[in-house]
Amino acid sequence: MEKIVTRESWIRENIFLGMSFRDYVKSNLTPFNFIAALILIFGIPVMVYRIIYGLGPATNLSDNNPWGIWIGFDMMTGVALAAGGFVMGTAVHLFGMKEYRPLVRPAILTGFLGYLFAVIGLLFDLGRYYRLPYPMVVSLGVSSILFLVAWHVALYLTTQFVEWCPAIFEWLNMKKFRKWFIRLTLGATIFGVILSTLHQSALGSLFLLMPSKLHPLWYSSLIPVYFFVSAIIAGITMVIVESMLSHRVFKEQVPKMAMNHDQFDRITIGLGKAASALLFTYFCLKLVGVAHGNHWDLINTKYGYWWLVEVVGFVLIPAFLFAFAVRNDNAKFVRATAVITVIGIALNRVNQSIICFNWNIEEQYIPSWMEVTITITIITIGLLTFRWIINRMPILYDHPDYDIEH
Amino acid sequence: MGIDRRGFIKHLTAIGSTAVVGKTTKALAHEDFTGYPDSYGVLVDVTVCIGCRKCEWACKNVNNLPNKPITEYDDKSVFETNRRTHADTFTVVNRFKNSKNPDKPIYVKKQCMHCNEPACASVCFVQAFNKSPEGAVVHNPSVCIGCRYCMAACPFNIPAYQYDDAFTPEVTKCTFCFDRIRKEGGVPACVEMCPVEALTFGRRSELLDLAHERIRNNPDKYVNHVYGEHEVGGTSWLYISPVPFDEIGFRTDLGTTPIPKYSRGFLSMVSVVLVTWPALCIGFFSFSKRREELAKNESQNNKEEE
Repeated sequence: MEKIVTRESWIRENIFLGMSFRDYVKSNLTPFNFIAALILIFGIPVMVYRIIYGLGPATNLSDNNPWGIWIGFDMMTGVALAAGGFVMGTAVHLFGMKEYRPLVRPAILTGFLGYLFAVIGLLFDLGRYYRLPYPMVVSLGVSSILFLVAWHVALYLTTQFVEWCPAIFEWLNMKKFRKWFIRLTLGATIFGVILSTLHQSALGSLFLLMPSKLHPLWYSSLIPVYFFVSAIIAGITMVIVESMLSHRVFKEQVPKMAMNHDQFDRITIGLGKAASALLFTYFCLKLVGVAHGNHWDLINTKYGYWWLVEVVGFVLIPAFLFAFAVRNDNAKFVRATAVITVIGIALNRVNQSIICFNWNIEEQYIPSWMEVTITITIITIGLLTFRWIINRMPILYDHPDYDIEH
Repeated sequence: MGIDRRGFIKHLTAIGSTAVVGKTTKALAHEDFTGYPDSYGVLVDVTVCIGCRKCEWACKNVNNLPNKPITEYDDKSVFETNRRTHADTFTVVNRFKNSKNPDKPIYVKKQCMHCNEPACASVCFVQAFNKSPEGAVVHNPSVCIGCRYCMAACPFNIPAYQYDDAFTPEVTKCTFCFDRIRKEGGVPACVEMCPVEALTFGRRSELLDLAHERIRNNPDKYVNHVYGEHEVGGTSWLYISPVPFDEIGFRTDLGTTPIPKYSRGFLSMVSVVLVTWPALCIGFFSFSKRREELAKNESQNNKEEE
């Protein structure tokens, strides 16, 4: 079946979703887009302000509090929540858990965009963002854990791009390129697992060098393990949350998906089971950390109560809730618990890098409205990018022209 | 599955070699280091300091920082608050109550301690910091990206940032007047300026002897503690005091472990992961692949039987 493809029809089919330009614009006049546009109209000038006037006027960062939400939230939380790509890749391509295959592509796309926008957020934080490649090419500080993070995040971004490529070439109908990248899948998955293990734990290890700055309940030699295990939890729960939202937002794609409603629920419950087990493990590790330092007395302090909020409220309770939901075969309950867990991971990262950092000095950091605005703007651009891609490329469903890879 | 066995092995070799060549160097780059033997230091005797703040003036003067006339440094109102170093202030003098003699407050000069094993240098991923054999920890702004990890990691809260510079901000801190002390007979500007000789410049090892001698000869005057002798593995700047150090703005809970050591455990794990993870991954992959094949064969056999 040969079709004559003109440039106009190609653009219409692939960019404007098969609509004329006018219809396409019309179809975009939605309440969500209205809010997104407002955020961008407000947020982009703030970004420009940060670039032109510098960190001093734009942020509440100080000499005592050099890291704010762009590190503590955008980077730390962004990278943790983007762990779904490697977790699902491992489950499906290495462990052979084929029933989870429909979730791999969305997880990898979420992962890729998560990392990409975390790095974009980082650019606003760096004093001299234009020197970003310096640790790779100009001056290599090999003894630094941040050096490892920088390299691994860069390599992993590339790896995830490679893993995403088959979808791009299916969209562009470039069969040969697609085949090349499909061949790289297994290698990329293994490489991704190694890189993820190391940089997820390395992000936490950045704090190993701050024993005098972090509250003892958050400082432990186990930080790398905490970050790694909680990143896997973040990856799994984020996949649950993302697939739930995708099923709602991209309703029209649901009939094309490789799984029906029951299968989707079953997969969700399976993920809930894994999350429950990991949360229990993570909770025990947290206790071990306190026991190592013998900091039990600190639990009966202001920071101790806050620690309990994080570790009981957002780790132990979700662990039980997941177990309960799995036992009752309740996918909805799994999804709700996943939302709580994702919030808990974010809370942990912010605690680790902001709230419980410099706990012993008076000067406390509260982000400026401009820092918050830029973070929200970056997330909005990330969501718009995600939607743009999902609407065009075969991410949530299998492209009918291609055999599924293994 | 688009990968045959040979292609698969080829992939692995490529991944393995990239990983090993690219990464293991950093685990090996860590060797034990206990400070340069002939490095310089400064001994600060806080019982001598009169809080004239002339060292602050001299510091700004020699480092070309925005400065005020020296007469304005007599202003005692700055002592109302506890100050720290900032982008254009590499050293400050703070005033503390003297629990031993309430009539005589204690003045404490604060600046970079110039650690033997500096946290700032070990966390910097562009190697912008260098501990020189003379003892100075020097920052090289020409490679600095401005991640400010050094500021977050410094146990003494010393490095500061030019937050108000939009395009070329730099990390700043005391340089130990590196360009001066490298020259024969050169001393830091603050030491040269001090009118009461509260600061003594010399070889760190000799200063330690001097400090302990002063303490030994005047046991009533000093507490038996040379701050900086062992703190975070030792620092080039040393202090002796009449009262416990936690009363005059020093942290006494920093321990004696050099800050860079806290990352060793993790860094040594890096190579372990690099070596074992690929093997584990292949193991899991082969296992699941085999299981799949067996399942396929079995279903075929069943069909044939039917």
